Amino acid sequence: MRLFLLKRMISTVLTLIVASVVIFVVLEILPGDPASFMLGIHAEAETLAALRAQLGLNQPLSIRYLEWIGGLLTGDLGNSYTYDVPVAELIRDRIMVSFPLALLAITLSTLIAIPLGVVAASQHNKPLDFLIMGFSQLGIAIPNFWFAMLLTIVFAVTLRWLPAGGFVGWDAGIIPALTSLLLPTVALALPQSAILARVTRSSMLDVLKEDYIRTARAKGVGYWSALWHHALRNAMIPVITIMGLQFSFLLAGTIIIENVFYLPGIGRLIFQAISQRDLIVVRDLVLLLSAAVILINFVVDILYALVDPRLRGFNDG
Amino acid sequence: MMPVLEVKDLSVSLHTPRGLVRLISQIDFSLNPGEKFGIVGESGCGKSLTALSIMSLLPANAIMSGEIWFQGKNIQNLTEKQLRRMRGNRISMIFQEPMSALNPVKTIGAQIAEGLLLHLRINKKEAEIRTKQLLDSVGLPVSRFSLNLFPHQLSGGQRQRVMIAIAIACQPDVLIADEPTTALDVTVQERILDLINEIVEDSRMSLLMISHDLGIIAQTTERMVVMYAGNIVESGTTVDVFQSMVHPYTYGLFSAIPKPNRHLHARERLYSIPGQVPEPDARPVGCNFADRCFQVEEICRITPPDMKIIHGQHKVACYRPISHK
Repeated sequence: MRLFLLKRMISTVLTLIVASVVIFVVLEILPGDPASFMLGIHAEAETLAALRAQLGLNQPLSIRYLEWIGGLLTGDLGNSYTYDVPVAELIRDRIMVSFPLALLAITLSTLIAIPLGVVAASQHNKPLDFLIMGFSQLGIAIPNFWFAMLLTIVFAVTLRWLPAGGFVGWDAGIIPALTSLLLPTVALALPQSAILARVTRSSMLDVLKEDYIRTARAKGVGYWSALWHHALRNAMIPVITIMGLQFSFLLAGTIIIENVFYLPGIGRLIFQAISQRDLIVVRDLVLLLSAAVILINFVVDILYALVDPRLRGFNDG
Repeated sequence: MMPVLEVKDLSVSLHTPRGLVRLISQIDFSLNPGEKFGIVGESGCGKSLTALSIMSLLPANAIMSGEIWFQGKNIQNLTEKQLRRMRGNRISMIFQEPMSALNPVKTIGAQIAEGLLLHLRINKKEAEIRTKQLLDSVGLPVSRFSLNLFPHQLSGGQRQRVMIAIAIACQPDVLIADEPTTALDVTVQERILDLINEIVEDSRMSLLMISHDLGIIAQTTERMVVMYAGNIVESGTTVDVFQSMVHPYTYGLFSAIPKPNRHLHARERLYSIPGQVPEPDARPVGCNFADRCFQVEEICRITPPDMKIIHGQHKVACYRPISHK
């Protein structure tokens, strides 16, 4: 297991380095000069050159890459071109909205999907199975921004139970903050749980046919106990795979949902930064999202190994 | 002596896309305490389904009729809770595929202890001690085989030993062994059979040995039935059936075994029964074996034969049993 962890960690770090190089190079190739964008189209050539020098844009590519990485490691991400505040601060504030949102969404989606999938599998081809799968089909078909608007109309506009958008901030207390994240969480989680429930069900159906389920039953284990204690863990590998993919989609999904609900999160920041050519912010955010995806893959690999001893490497109980 | 297990007129049908198909019909046999009993037949003849009926673990699309009496109780009248208390405790089963019959994500210790904790009033510590004893008794000494091993770290034979430990954990009254050695190497096979024999004799369990292999049945049982296409075609003491088989199918089964000391001439081939086992949904009206039988008569194709006594316990379902006089 230790060797397994070490190997995974090395490959994670390598992937991070490759990702950072790709992001840096791609943003260099892209047209659009931040200096001319900041000064407007009527700027004098000298002023432009001075600003470029101040921003360090006239240094060689490799030096600028290393400076960027060095800054990342020391927590100094430079100042945003447009907001003129430290990028690190900007991102930190936004993460405090987006990360809890993503975590809440994946938690809610898992809590809904796995029990539903297991129940559907246990009732295979019976009315309850059809009912659950029907809802799941609906959940897959509905785009989450539309579902978000529907939620807003029902719970914010008509019933007035929850705020329609905006974020009160964590300083306002846990409960008000969670309340303002509730609708976005549901809007993100339900469509995902629809897919996850399907995956859980089909994986469970496969596992329930296995000989070891019959062995467990022959031991005197009850049907539901065999389902939860013997089948579910074996059925988790495909479920974890999909959850990992979904977490990445969740990060993209927040861009849309944060805009619908007016949340000051990473998604909205990246949207604004791109439209304002704030390349420093874009670069850091893209790296942040890539790093999140890479780290999730690392976590997924570890979860595989925890669930299935056969994936832990040879003879290493 | 009252039999510990009695199967009366057992039939099992399966709902399939092509309709209801009867897989086994009118199976009758009984097992006395401490007795070793065999069911022999080709794959697909309904041996395993018979075993699953006894465990009351038939698939959901199966319909069963007839009666199964276990220790004086008709198991169809038992509640699910009572059945759970019976399975793995009073009656247990060893399955064919040691590779897939153990849960890959649980340690062997946990899988053996599970039955103990379910059925015996013991705590985890006591269960662990008992699990170690069980591993020892199936030839996996704890000094070399930790309770924390996973099935994939063991060989096929070792896994089957774990399976046996699971089955005998609560010292059941009846042990069903469904092709316990079919998936194993021949050398390992012998040792596993010896182990089963030894355990059954030491703890005076009844054994229901299910196999397609006549050699295994001869080696491990006292009484036996021969099944063909869902029916019992011949039954009796193992000695009777082996020495004076009377059903043409049994005769064919024996002739299909190569004999090392008999010289086969160049043109002569090992005997094989002509034709194929009829599919369950295409079985003939009369005797199931009629199409393949070398001494078939008119009557065989009209009504299936009933079991009749040859002598003593030796019975056969045939209009023209082979005579040994």
